[in-house]
Amino acid sequence: MDFRTREGRGPKGVTILEVHHLNKRFGGLQAVGDVSFFVQQGSIKALIGPNGAGKTTLFNLLSGILPPDSGTVRFSNANIQGLQPYQVAAKGMSRTFQHIRLFTHMTALENIMIGRHMHSRAGFLAGMLSLPWTRREEKAVRERSLAIMDFLGIADFADTEATSLAYGQQRILELGRALACDPKLLLLDEPAAGLNMRETAEMAKLISRIRDTGITVLLVEHDMSLVMNISDEIVVLSYGHKIADDKPLAIQKNPEVIKVYLGEEDA
Amino acid sequence: MRSRYAPVAFFIAVVIAVQFLTLIIDRPQYLTQLTMAGYYSLVIIGLCMLIGYAGQISLGHAGFFAIGGYISAFLTTYDLMPHKGNALAGIVAKAGLLVTVQDLYGGDALVFHPWIACIAAICVTVLIAYVIGGPVLKLKGHYLAMATLGFGTIVYKLVLGTTFFGAADGLSDIPGFKLLPGLEVSGKNSARIQNYYISWGMVALGMLLLANLIHSRVGSALRAIHSAEDAANAMGVNTGRYKLNIFVLSAVFAAVGGIFLTHYNGGIGPSEASIMKSVRYVAIVAIGGMANLWGALSMGIVLNFLSLRGYFGSYDDTVFGVILILIMLFAPEGLLRREVFRNAKKWISGRGKAEGQKA
Amino acid sequence: MNIELFFQYLAAGVTYGTIYAIVAIGFNIIYNTTGIINFAQGEFVMLGGMTAVTLHAFLPLPAAILSAVIITMIIGALIEITFIRWLTSPSVLRMIIITIGISIFIREAALHIWGEAVRALPYFTGTEVTVISAGDVHISPQVLWVIGISAVTVVLLTFFFNYTLLGRQMRACSSNRDAARLCGISAKNMVTLSFVLSAGIGALAGCVVSPITYVQYDSGTGLAIKGFTVAILGGLGNSTAAIAAGLILGILESFSVWVMPTAFKDVVSISILLLILFVRPSGIFGSVEASRLKEF
Repeated sequence: MDFRTREGRGPKGVTILEVHHLNKRFGGLQAVGDVSFFVQQGSIKALIGPNGAGKTTLFNLLSGILPPDSGTVRFSNANIQGLQPYQVAAKGMSRTFQHIRLFTHMTALENIMIGRHMHSRAGFLAGMLSLPWTRREEKAVRERSLAIMDFLGIADFADTEATSLAYGQQRILELGRALACDPKLLLLDEPAAGLNMRETAEMAKLISRIRDTGITVLLVEHDMSLVMNISDEIVVLSYGHKIADDKPLAIQKNPEVIKVYLGEEDA
Repeated sequence: MRSRYAPVAFFIAVVIAVQFLTLIIDRPQYLTQLTMAGYYSLVIIGLCMLIGYAGQISLGHAGFFAIGGYISAFLTTYDLMPHKGNALAGIVAKAGLLVTVQDLYGGDALVFHPWIACIAAICVTVLIAYVIGGPVLKLKGHYLAMATLGFGTIVYKLVLGTTFFGAADGLSDIPGFKLLPGLEVSGKNSARIQNYYISWGMVALGMLLLANLIHSRVGSALRAIHSAEDAANAMGVNTGRYKLNIFVLSAVFAAVGGIFLTHYNGGIGPSEASIMKSVRYVAIVAIGGMANLWGALSMGIVLNFLSLRGYFGSYDDTVFGVILILIMLFAPEGLLRREVFRNAKKWISGRGKAEGQKA
Repeated sequence: MNIELFFQYLAAGVTYGTIYAIVAIGFNIIYNTTGIINFAQGEFVMLGGMTAVTLHAFLPLPAAILSAVIITMIIGALIEITFIRWLTSPSVLRMIIITIGISIFIREAALHIWGEAVRALPYFTGTEVTVISAGDVHISPQVLWVIGISAVTVVLLTFFFNYTLLGRQMRACSSNRDAARLCGISAKNMVTLSFVLSAGIGALAGCVVSPITYVQYDSGTGLAIKGFTVAILGGLGNSTAAIAAGLILGILESFSVWVMPTAFKDVVSISILLLILFVRPSGIFGSVEASRLKEF
């Protein structure tokens, strides 16, 4: 099965995500302050900034886990701010988590199959009666999920319990689960966290391959080698505010950014 | 796929075997308690889905059992004859929903047909479960536990304090429920064997439906919700709706148990809605293994049978309370988990090896 | 309704409300120190009353009450040591089910010790027909005892938590357990102390209210639910608010008898519980963020 055939990707050059003046305050802390940026279809955009800059909060605002105080998020021709996470997922945005959130007591394959949930229909009644079409649907879901595991190189672990995989494999598995949603936009929250240099390089290659299939990627990351290598554009946050939004080379030379962030980083 | 149905087939075989056993040991009266235990098991397997697979606690499920039982009891015993002239009664009568039965004094009474009462009771249960479930399931942890406890207590206090429902005495003289010509749910001694199979047939059907559900897309979604609800949500699973639907499903299972047990017993009392009953159901699900349908079922059969036959004497409630404490302290994931079996096997084979080495 | 009836209802509402508030404060003390909701809280009240009645057979009233309170405090400590102490980071749900189990166990034990009969201590001053009158208003002196003893309890607790070393240690422990331990405070003992305190105030409340309301082996469960309602109403962990919330619930419940049958009195308070949980679980006086902070 050619994993790369997909509809609805759209031509490059189109803006797939528009963030306008997003705000989120927690008590006295302005976690995200008046952040605006665009993401181009088919690109990889990175979100960087020191710890506490509001990157994960921003992700949570985009994916619907938190409602913003104000501002709009335009995705897939609709305003999605304030929608529930499952509604945002249905629009074509899926994500991974900073701290791995795999489903325990389920195998790796079963984890991926949950990602296909939106693309299957069997409900309570059909499930209880085990109607024939639900069995066919289940088979299709399983095959598609295996194909994804194949693409990611982890097909050997299909029937292993997800939480008993090595850390690096778990990260890839969570990526696979998000891919199973057939997203147009993939949000990756620190995909290389806890990975060694070799694993990070492989993750970078994986993300590039994913982009090559037509999926847009927005990622939060601390590892500068990965970010600089594969990103088309970079947004820099500091204390909840955007201080730069540019191509990687320009970011490296941006004095504001250097002052706030890159100065302490070893690339 | 086939392995899924093997336990059900085995179960049916056991049911039949037990019935013959009671003939052999000449204890036909055991069938009565076993039949009752069967209807209680419907509550338990529904609750097991809710607690074990969807991860939502309910300390008020006896409330749904009582709603089902009381409504079907009320509709099949409330004499509409005095209201014959009433317009609404006329419509209902013309629709063929009523039957004429003998009342206590030999006269004629006009009550609802048991099938109508059954359907009405289920509908009311579904309605209440949806209305209550919506807000309740948004709560977590001790708030959820207390809310369900509160719901169960409200049902208990309502049936206890309402004369229409017989107050402290409950409702009695409930007529039998003719399912098909020749198949009637009632407490008559002559129909004992028949009722035993009706009861356990329903349990077998319930297990089949739930086993199918667990292995379906819904079952996987429920397990995902139980494991990491926010991640499931982010993957497109409408967690709120799933939790609500499984809550309603478990409520329906409980109500059906209530309806049929009421017709079998010929009566129902407020104690069926009490907190102790709800706690009992949770204790059985807990000891059976939380997410283990067959475990909960087997524990339910054993414990309910012993309780109904009076083996626990006046310590009935104490036993379940103690079980609950012990399970929660030492084996919060339940007793009959796969890990327990694995460890037991290891321990046994380990001992065997040591002895082999000595020799 | 006339003014006399109004004050009857009011007095009843205040009496019950005060007891609910004391139970709620008991919940809060344990919750603040451990994060556990101790469903057996109501049983402490029942135990206090029942034990005092038994002891009163051969002890003068004050001694009987004191002994009952001490015995219940010991039971509270035993419960904590036996069931709670050795659990390492249990889930909230597991804890509440354990305490429900404990509550059932205590209730059944009480049933087997004392049977189903209702019991009551004699009125502290006078008899059940003694009244104190002020114009058209008549109340039993026992009501004043309930309010008085509860007020003294609250004052002593406030003093304890604010001005004694032990009390401040408990507050430190509830605020930040690890920091407290670094200062040499034994968290384990603080937990036991919280159970002892809650048991004590519950038992005292049970003694002082038993002449009016009678106690029975199963009085505890209803009190636990209502005490929890009050604790939530005021904001879980906030004991000052619990007093106000207790009075509100007690009075609402009392006046509800005016419009609906007495049998549904409990339905009223539980409905209030559900309403609060659905609409504003942080309570009337709690703010959503502050409900994460824990203070006495």
